[in-house]
Amino acid sequence: MPKDHGIGASSKRREDIRFLTGEGNYTDDINVNGQAYVYFLRSDVAHGTLNGVDTSAADGMPGVVRIFTGADFEAVGSIPCGWQVTDKHGEVMQEPRHPVLAHGKVRHVGEPIAAVVAETLEQARDAAEAIVLDISELPAVINMKDAVKAGAPKVHDDLTSNLCYDWGFVEENKGAVDQAFKDAAHVTTLELVNNRLVANPMEPRVAVGDYSRGTGDHTLFTTSQNPHVIRLLMGAFVLGIPEHKLRVVAPDVGGGFGTKIFHYQEEAFVTFAAKACNRAVKWTSSRSEAFMSDAHGRDHVTKIELALDKDNNFTALRTDTYANMGAYLSTFAPSVPTWLHGTLMAGNYKTPLIYVNVKAVFTNTVPVDAYRGAGRPEATYQLERLVDKAAHELKVDPIKLRRQNFITQFPYATPVAVEYDTGNYVATMDKLEEMADIAGFKKRREASEAKGKLRGFGVNCYIEACGIAPSNLVGQLGARAGLFESCTVRVNATGGLVVMTGSHSHGQGHETSFAQVVADMIGIPEDMVEIVHGDTANTPMGMGTYGSRSLAVGGSAMVRATEKIIAKAKKIASHLLEASEGDVELKDGAFTVAGTDKSVAWGDVTLAAYVPHNYPLEEIEPGLEETAFYDPSNFTYPSGAYACEVELDPETGQVTIERFSAADDFGNIVNPMIVTGQVHGGLAQGIGQALLENCAYDSDGQLLSASYMDYAMPRASDLPFYDVDHSCQTPCTHNPLGVKGCGEAGAIGSPPAVVNAVLDAMRSGGSKVDHVDMPVSPHRVWEAMQG
Amino acid sequence: MYNFDVEMPTTIAEAVKALGREEAQPMSGGQTLIPTLKARLAAPSVLVSLHGIAEMKGVCNNDAGQLCIGGATTHATVAAEVGTQYPALASLAARIGDPAVRNRGTIGGSVANNDPSACYPAGVLASGATVVTNNREIAADDYFLGMFETALEEGEIVTEVRFPIPEAAHYEKHLQPASRFPLVAVFVAKFADGVRVAVTGASENGVFRWTEAEEALNANFNAEAVAGLKADGSAMISDLHGTGAYRAHLTGVMTKRAVAAITG
Repeated sequence: MPKDHGIGASSKRREDIRFLTGEGNYTDDINVNGQAYVYFLRSDVAHGTLNGVDTSAADGMPGVVRIFTGADFEAVGSIPCGWQVTDKHGEVMQEPRHPVLAHGKVRHVGEPIAAVVAETLEQARDAAEAIVLDISELPAVINMKDAVKAGAPKVHDDLTSNLCYDWGFVEENKGAVDQAFKDAAHVTTLELVNNRLVANPMEPRVAVGDYSRGTGDHTLFTTSQNPHVIRLLMGAFVLGIPEHKLRVVAPDVGGGFGTKIFHYQEEAFVTFAAKACNRAVKWTSSRSEAFMSDAHGRDHVTKIELALDKDNNFTALRTDTYANMGAYLSTFAPSVPTWLHGTLMAGNYKTPLIYVNVKAVFTNTVPVDAYRGAGRPEATYQLERLVDKAAHELKVDPIKLRRQNFITQFPYATPVAVEYDTGNYVATMDKLEEMADIAGFKKRREASEAKGKLRGFGVNCYIEACGIAPSNLVGQLGARAGLFESCTVRVNATGGLVVMTGSHSHGQGHETSFAQVVADMIGIPEDMVEIVHGDTANTPMGMGTYGSRSLAVGGSAMVRATEKIIAKAKKIASHLLEASEGDVELKDGAFTVAGTDKSVAWGDVTLAAYVPHNYPLEEIEPGLEETAFYDPSNFTYPSGAYACEVELDPETGQVTIERFSAADDFGNIVNPMIVTGQVHGGLAQGIGQALLENCAYDSDGQLLSASYMDYAMPRASDLPFYDVDHSCQTPCTHNPLGVKGCGEAGAIGSPPAVVNAVLDAMRSGGSKVDHVDMPVSPHRVWEAMQG
Repeated sequence: MYNFDVEMPTTIAEAVKALGREEAQPMSGGQTLIPTLKARLAAPSVLVSLHGIAEMKGVCNNDAGQLCIGGATTHATVAAEVGTQYPALASLAARIGDPAVRNRGTIGGSVANNDPSACYPAGVLASGATVVTNNREIAADDYFLGMFETALEEGEIVTEVRFPIPEAAHYEKHLQPASRFPLVAVFVAKFADGVRVAVTGASENGVFRWTEAEEALNANFNAEAVAGLKADGSAMISDLHGTGAYRAHLTGVMTKRAVAAITG
């Protein structure tokens, strides 16, 4: 019988009541008395010298409060980068200054040049049109391989080149890897592109800055996945505001997918301008602005090679990747193609020797940073496409080749610096084979062929590292932040709890699942637990939500804080029960004395904590409130196996997904319904990348896919009814809940399955093509099939 | 959006008068115009909405048996009301955009705008329909002049479109994956006196008749008759979603499938 409450129950998402009835409180719903509006004048050229910004005609226009240009921010800090990568020569990466408003040069279409603050948005926009820009256009660098050639135009004149870093991992292994390729019985090589994506959360970014002259307090309301991180980065590095005078609030946030992790210029601008103008300043991104100012995702160009021995065992793997940074380093950009990508290149396989090279490149494009999966989809895609190609070349079954090379002993130390604590890749593949009904595929293919269609089957495995991470480890790897999580549990006198977490929910359902954990630990109804997040004023310093870390790290902090609560409550209960503390048990919301019928209810204990008339005041303090910080000892390693079945119209190249099966191992699961929803969402984004989404620039740096007229988002009609299973569970060995994280799996695991299936379909129609780059859109498939 | 005045005439005569104002712009549904205004890509001083003109709304038949659709009739109304008489046209209307677009967008707006990827121009041209304005009647063959270009003069309003009803017809559409407009769509209409084939989405010159296909189908109305035909890709659109060669290929495929749908 499925549980109906607590850990393991599919409790309905309590937050959906407000989201689905229009009662959410998003940043754009926040209006501060007397606020003005800002409109950003953005560059329409990709690269140019900014000779002048003439605001004289705009200054006196109706409603204009003040116009800001780059000159106003000369004394203000650079938008900081939170991760420093050291290259293969031991040198630190090249790190350019990232101004709030462009100064001296513009470096991508969409870069803000001037900001007009006015009484209304329309007035601000009218005045912005009267600003005269003097820009001498320069040749743009868009293609990464061209950008690193000698003599290429430089995005940043003060850097030595457009190469941010040239990273080798593990550099000491390179010689042995090269030797293994010389000794190989077979080598499979694949060149591919991991297409650039625009995150497109339903809610565009919004920022409202406020300032009180009376107190000197700053407040920023912003669409963020991590308000404490924004407070630290913006306060300490950009504007010089101490944290105790700066409050950052990220209320209901309508989807993040990574793109709302980062600290953006617009946040610093409204905070700065609120003080300068002595009134609140609001910015709401239009969808058009989002396309050219939200950090983009992916954008890797890779050559990958696999060496196998005569028995088809993987002996070595070698990759050569160009990773696009865009024009500036976004907050976590340098870490994505390195530590979130190179460390996952072993995948599910016991390949003994691996060497990963990544060249990070500046181009005249929007900055690129983490997007759902961040580095791990790129690793999974290239590896799982490569293994499929190897199986085809060797004429072996792709599942058999995978199974033969699976890691089966845990813990397993990979040659790329991480140790998988637990997993069972055979079990998820067994489950997948059952779900995908491989036996029935032949019949389904015949039925498709009878209609003039082709049918293909594709499979892949994935491994990911979630729950980032031990702070001491990431510190060694270049993180300029800790990656712990925090929680304060406040028990009220009448027994209800307020759980203040440093994690942030922007659609994940924490208010439900976190409450399930605490309620389960105490044995009280879930509705006695309230989850509070998103405001630096009422939550402890936390690092926020990304990398599927909330339950694994934030949930662990919550468990630790709740354990402290229970320990103290037991002391109070033992006093009330006149029993030894060791004999007192907490069960179903009551404290009992073992072997007796003596009992005191949870609410009586909590009341005693705040009305301490009969209370051991000489031993413990009154009150019931505890805080815990949790820093994990390792990443968690969710894994799984996915299968996709497509139908392909050979006359048009149109691909439709007919079946999609996902067998995941997320360790223990708190709310199966929420986990299923997370997988569904991830699959939609992964399938979107594989079939539809493509952020494209022309050679002059103009964004071709700048709206939904040209950027293809997945819609319900593009997606099948998924078959999702997470019954294979190998609990994480090092966090108290045994959980691993599920938010990114679908986006990581699905693109290779889709592309493998499309190639299988093409081959069944006689095509000799061995690769098509994503998105495998109809015209790309058709052109590839023309031979 | 810039500021503008709005006029809401209730008769064609009032609308024509309102359109005499300086920098006036008619709006019939606004499904293209409103996004254009929001992006500040157009700045009319007066917007004349044709939405409230009762005499331009609805579907009827004239004495010649033609299907007459008022210029301000929404796609949803056409989809709901012409299915019995002209199922291919109802199907075209039912597949434009999404429900919101279909309940605001109108046939007159679509035909007047003549987007090179719009659906209605294919249906109007293949049907050999007559575009009726406030002061004349224009044959479809004389009406569509190029990408966003028509025979309409300044201030002229499409008040009605009159369709002769073919013996059989079918509209076959391949979607552009982002906008879901046709990447290429073909309307084939078979009349007693010949076959007309109109192609939208493909050409840099907007909707056109594929005369080679018409000749082949006049000789033999069968999918096989057009299976080997190649459309000329030299003047076709090349963009992110497909080359001219791909569009030319799709023109053949969509035509063949439209014919096959008719012949069963």
